[in-house]
Amino acid sequence: MSEITITIDGRQVETAEGSSILQAALDAGVYIPSLCYQPDLEPYGACRLCLVLVDGMNAMQPACMTKAVDGMVVHSDVPEVNDVRRTICELLIADHPESCLTCSSNQRCELQEIAAYLGISQQRLPAFERESILDESNPFFVRDLSKCILCGRCVRACQELRAVGAIGFAGRGYDTHVSTFMEEPINLTVCESCGECIDRCPTGALSVKSEALPPSREVRTICPYCGCGCGLVLGVRSGRIVQVRPETEHPVNRGSLCVKGRFGLDFVHSEDRLTTPLVRRDGRLTPATWDEALDLVAENLNRAKSQYGPDSVAGLSSAKCTNEENYLFQKFMRAVVGTNNVDHCARLCHASTVAGMARAFGSGAMTNSINEIEGAGCIFVIGSNTTEAHPIIALKIKAAVLKRGATLIVADPRKIELARFADVHLRQRSGTDVALLNAMMKVILDEGLADEDFIEERTENFAEFRAILEQSDLESAARITGVPAEDIRRAARMFAGAERASVIFAMGITQHTTGSDNVFALANLAMLTGNVGKESSGVNPLRGQNNVQGACDLGALPDVLPGYQKVDDPAARGKFEEAWGVPLPDEPGLTVVEMMNAAHEGRVKAMYIMGENPMLSDPDLTHVGEGLKNLDFLCVQDIFLSETAQLADVALPAACFAEKDGAFTSTERRVQRIRKAVAPPGAARPDWRIICDLSGRMGYEMRYDHPSQIMDEMAALTPIYGGISYDRLEPYGLQWPCPDAEHPGTVFLHEGGFARGLGKFHPTPFREAAELPDDEYPFILTTGRFLYHFHTGTLTRRTEGLEEISPPAPFEIHPRDAASEGIREGDVVELSTRRGAVRARAVVTERSRPGTIFMPFHFREAPANVLTNPALDPIAKIPELKVCAVKLEKLREMG
Amino acid sequence: MTFAEIQKRAEATWRQFRGGPGALVLVGDASCGRAAGSSEVIDAIRSELGKIGKQARVVSVGCLGICYAEPLVEIALPGTASVLYGKVTPAAAKELARWHVGKGEPRADLALATTNGASLDGVPRLEDLPMMQGQARLLTRNCGRIAPDNIDHYIANGGYQGLAKALTMSPEDVITEVERSGLRGRGGVGFPTGRKWRFVYEAAGSSKHIVANAEEGEPGTFKDRFLLESDPHALLEGMLIAGYAVGAGEGHIFVQAHYPALARTLRTAINQAYELGLCGAHALGADFSFELELRTGISSYVCGEETGLLESLESKRPVPRARPPYPAQAGLWAEPTVVNNVETLANAPLILERGADAFRSLGAADSPGAKLFTLAGDVSRPGVVEFPLGVTLRRLIEGAGGGLPEGAGLGAVLLGGIAGGFLPPEYLDTPVDFDSLQPAGAMMGTGAILVADESRCVLDILLNQLEFLSDESCGKCVPCRLGARQMLNIVKAITEGRGRATDVENLKRIGAAMKVASACGLGQAAPNPVLSAIRHFGSVYEAHIGRGVCPAGVCPMHGERKQA
Repeated sequence: MSEITITIDGRQVETAEGSSILQAALDAGVYIPSLCYQPDLEPYGACRLCLVLVDGMNAMQPACMTKAVDGMVVHSDVPEVNDVRRTICELLIADHPESCLTCSSNQRCELQEIAAYLGISQQRLPAFERESILDESNPFFVRDLSKCILCGRCVRACQELRAVGAIGFAGRGYDTHVSTFMEEPINLTVCESCGECIDRCPTGALSVKSEALPPSREVRTICPYCGCGCGLVLGVRSGRIVQVRPETEHPVNRGSLCVKGRFGLDFVHSEDRLTTPLVRRDGRLTPATWDEALDLVAENLNRAKSQYGPDSVAGLSSAKCTNEENYLFQKFMRAVVGTNNVDHCARLCHASTVAGMARAFGSGAMTNSINEIEGAGCIFVIGSNTTEAHPIIALKIKAAVLKRGATLIVADPRKIELARFADVHLRQRSGTDVALLNAMMKVILDEGLADEDFIEERTENFAEFRAILEQSDLESAARITGVPAEDIRRAARMFAGAERASVIFAMGITQHTTGSDNVFALANLAMLTGNVGKESSGVNPLRGQNNVQGACDLGALPDVLPGYQKVDDPAARGKFEEAWGVPLPDEPGLTVVEMMNAAHEGRVKAMYIMGENPMLSDPDLTHVGEGLKNLDFLCVQDIFLSETAQLADVALPAACFAEKDGAFTSTERRVQRIRKAVAPPGAARPDWRIICDLSGRMGYEMRYDHPSQIMDEMAALTPIYGGISYDRLEPYGLQWPCPDAEHPGTVFLHEGGFARGLGKFHPTPFREAAELPDDEYPFILTTGRFLYHFHTGTLTRRTEGLEEISPPAPFEIHPRDAASEGIREGDVVELSTRRGAVRARAVVTERSRPGTIFMPFHFREAPANVLTNPALDPIAKIPELKVCAVKLEKLREMG
Repeated sequence: MTFAEIQKRAEATWRQFRGGPGALVLVGDASCGRAAGSSEVIDAIRSELGKIGKQARVVSVGCLGICYAEPLVEIALPGTASVLYGKVTPAAAKELARWHVGKGEPRADLALATTNGASLDGVPRLEDLPMMQGQARLLTRNCGRIAPDNIDHYIANGGYQGLAKALTMSPEDVITEVERSGLRGRGGVGFPTGRKWRFVYEAAGSSKHIVANAEEGEPGTFKDRFLLESDPHALLEGMLIAGYAVGAGEGHIFVQAHYPALARTLRTAINQAYELGLCGAHALGADFSFELELRTGISSYVCGEETGLLESLESKRPVPRARPPYPAQAGLWAEPTVVNNVETLANAPLILERGADAFRSLGAADSPGAKLFTLAGDVSRPGVVEFPLGVTLRRLIEGAGGGLPEGAGLGAVLLGGIAGGFLPPEYLDTPVDFDSLQPAGAMMGTGAILVADESRCVLDILLNQLEFLSDESCGKCVPCRLGARQMLNIVKAITEGRGRATDVENLKRIGAAMKVASACGLGQAAPNPVLSAIRHFGSVYEAHIGRGVCPAGVCPMHGERKQA
């Protein structure tokens, strides 16, 4: 876009062709007052404060809606214009309550700012009589319409950016107001409490309930919830977080957050935090000193190691902890204990992704970046409830569809929110993804829509793949999946027909005994249509935890050292042995579910668990509990006394994300800094320090003054992180691979060639799930997440408001199934599988596919994983959390 | 059917209608007639005819514009004078049925005028009625004479000849003809119609639209409703001509939902035009296809604003759009669109049929043609009249309107609708056209003329207007939404005896800001009544504020009436 020059109040201002006068002024730092303009929203022209005079135009023009034209001469700060602005501003003030002293927006109110700019010192117009109209129904924020100036920023953000539409305008004339549907309180609407509207509000009409005092300083960091990697700004006063706001300049979230990131951080200052080490004495966990606790851990781990060998010890690292901590944890397990028995919850989410994509492409991460989604012509979302599990990534999908006309294919048994935006929604029976994807690929091949050049030049093993595909046909796929053949065909044509098509997937694909096959099939689809290695396309697994990508990258996996260097590769191992000064084990260790089995069988005697809660997150909890109880020794290091920590012999209090420095790696391979904002409570310490302390007691010195030194060590040993250091992570991180200090990072992978050379097609014949419904257990049970909670609820359930919006413990059932089972909304129902039973509250909804029960795994009151099937994918060892057979028994009518 | 065949059939129908056997009874049954009791009159005539065993064709027609004398009944019986009766009560209607229809004896005592030139005991001819004298009767030529639900009546009286002629010309020639006529928009702004059409003709895009703005939410303005209820095909023909000229394939008529009778009339008219092949694919066999639809929208003043109307047509909140782009560039569904007022479009058939020169022969140089005016308020003969532009206020109020009732003195004239300006009696001899009134701070607008006698208080009238404007602002832009409300509050305080010395200054300041800063015409025009009242009736403000007195004794100063 070419540059043009305009003159504003005598100042030469350069701007891009097509921008408005107001945007040009803002970019150049020239102030023109405005209340309704927001650079990322459509110009609105309501406040009329940005009126300017333009030479050659006879009337005053709103600068926000007037395009800058080369050579234009604009007059803004002139008496003629300011007189009009003053009157407009006085009209607003006359209609505004005189409650500045008690208003939470005092001193940060844009109306005040403009009044000051215009030099309004007295109220010449009579004040309107306005009643305060408060809506306090939302647990997090208050709406006070009497302070609303109708700039529409909240409405437009809710509609244009979030595509939620919880609010709109109602009434006309002086009665015009921001309204919910049918004027209901906001908590009864589709509002998702993302808080976007609050940030946008120029006055105190929308304010956060908990924000009493403004922060005295602000700390930039990264959200601790999902893998989106949103920039957060923590406002701190007197050692406490008093405000959370999105970082407006952050390249991913660009000023947006979801409800968890913005309002879900109460856990940091929770009364329930672990503040002192606990040691089990006489069967009860009692406070102890760090020395006592660490000595006890060292002693027990050493004992197991010497009595039963290093492989009798197993460790679970944490996708919630930093890269540095994950690196140290696996180093501790490998170099100090001497075992490869280290894994973490990635096993339960994306093990099949890492296994499948590494085999197909040579790398297991998102091939493309989050912002590229907006540029895709077709987006295929399969097995990802993106709006709830990755809300900010969902915004990019919505933007692609609503603003750029991308087509959207949603494949999900549930009628997830994205289905509302989809061109075609494929509601496949859970566990039949391979059949669905094979059928789509068959259509693409049969109709000559495949990218033959790409297949020829960039891939291998196509013939074998094709041979298997020939066995599938559309009609039988339609029968297997329950998706009409015509919809499969439409989806196939849509995907193959797009210039750039992007696959987005998550646990709906991976958590199956066919998880690796599912991923292979998606990789096949992308290669078949030439959609890898270019912008806005690719195969994009959305990682569930803030740092699950980093935990994998840094080797918290039983088969690989940091940077996916295999433990059985002597050269790689040799490099680490030299750096760490000890011999390392060469056999891949146990995976999560295998560890639990080994504990059950007595092969694993001691475990060290950092920041994980297998007592809620793992399949078949009864079995997990028995295994953990069977251990000789269990050490759990956490910020809370989680369900797992309650079983520990020693519990160590850790610092949370806001209390330490470090780096997280988001789902788009973006390595970003987190920064200490407040001190850990009581005696709690950062995980990296605890590992160092423990290591020293076990005879291996780890000396680091600051996580940046750990990062430097990591970089030296991990080629994909080779060029990464703390200096280079400012301001918004780097995307790996980043092999050297000059490398700018990598936006999308496999350009020109795959990481493994040629992309490899893997034939994927369809297999059914391990456990299918039968007469005794007639329904399919599938599990997942809600928007308002995260994982096992350890963090989110400490925020009262989230609990209020999304109380425990529901399951979802289709109205037809509810009718046949005599179940009504709110009834308490016992759900049981071959492994156990839980009681939950019925939510009757068409979101559920007929025949399929959905249950979130957030709630300890009804732990879904008591029910789930621990059957494993043969390659990735991921359990089948998404499909098992369940039966229902109504216990109680709704009260 | 060719157009000639259509015409032939229509003429036969019309002959049968006017000259058929037995009595023809026409009852003015438009909204004004109905409000005055036309339905009861029709019932009374029918029942009386039944009683006396007489046959007659009782037909509902539109309005002659003589609204003050509604209900109107015209009786034509071969061999007798055709007579127009006014203010017909059900009792009088029975008399007419018995005497004029039953015995062939017209009732001169109840008559208003004769309509076929026959003489009857000092009853004047219709055209000699004081209200009708000097009228142009072009747009109104069929009003009250033809049955609005019968397309043949329209065609037999010259209807669709303008379209037939246009279809023999090139679209560009049609536009040139309209440009030459000097026709300016009748919705109030007076933008040259031909130029607007040319913009759309030249705009890129294969799909274009004609939108007829029949919203007419302006209080005191009822000319479009009058025209559509009386002669709906004039609009349809105008839209077809416009569509052909600019290359539009679709026409949309926007009517407010609370005019159901009008909507029915229009729907019937559209169906009839389709049946005769006057619209739809290959209108009149020409290489021109035009689909017509009627849309009823929410009743909101701002829907009369052309872009507010377009938003409403697209099923959105009627919030005016920012310009540019103008509707001619990006209108309905972002496609090039002509938005014209009903009266503007209804002029097109006349221009095409009779030529631009004939059109220009009436009216003022910069404001050619005739214009509908609605007379209301303190005037002896309220109604709708059609005069050449440039007619004086005196001619309209004292001539057609018959002056003020019971010889009351003129206080003020509110011109151009709710957001128009107040004029004092000194301006009675100013010509009324698009431009002449501007120096006086007023505008012709829609042609609404509201007369207030000396007993009224200008501020009391203002209050009413400001309440309306404050309620009907779309609410989006600050100067309009809050400016109108602030003015209302200030004027209200003044009329209640709570005026402050700074009020007039504040009103002026707010008005000035609204004029330049409001986003659309509604807000820009909204301060007109306040500002014009300050200019011409400053002493009224002064009396209220300075002396605490309402000179007219109308305003509830301090809660009680105070005489000057």
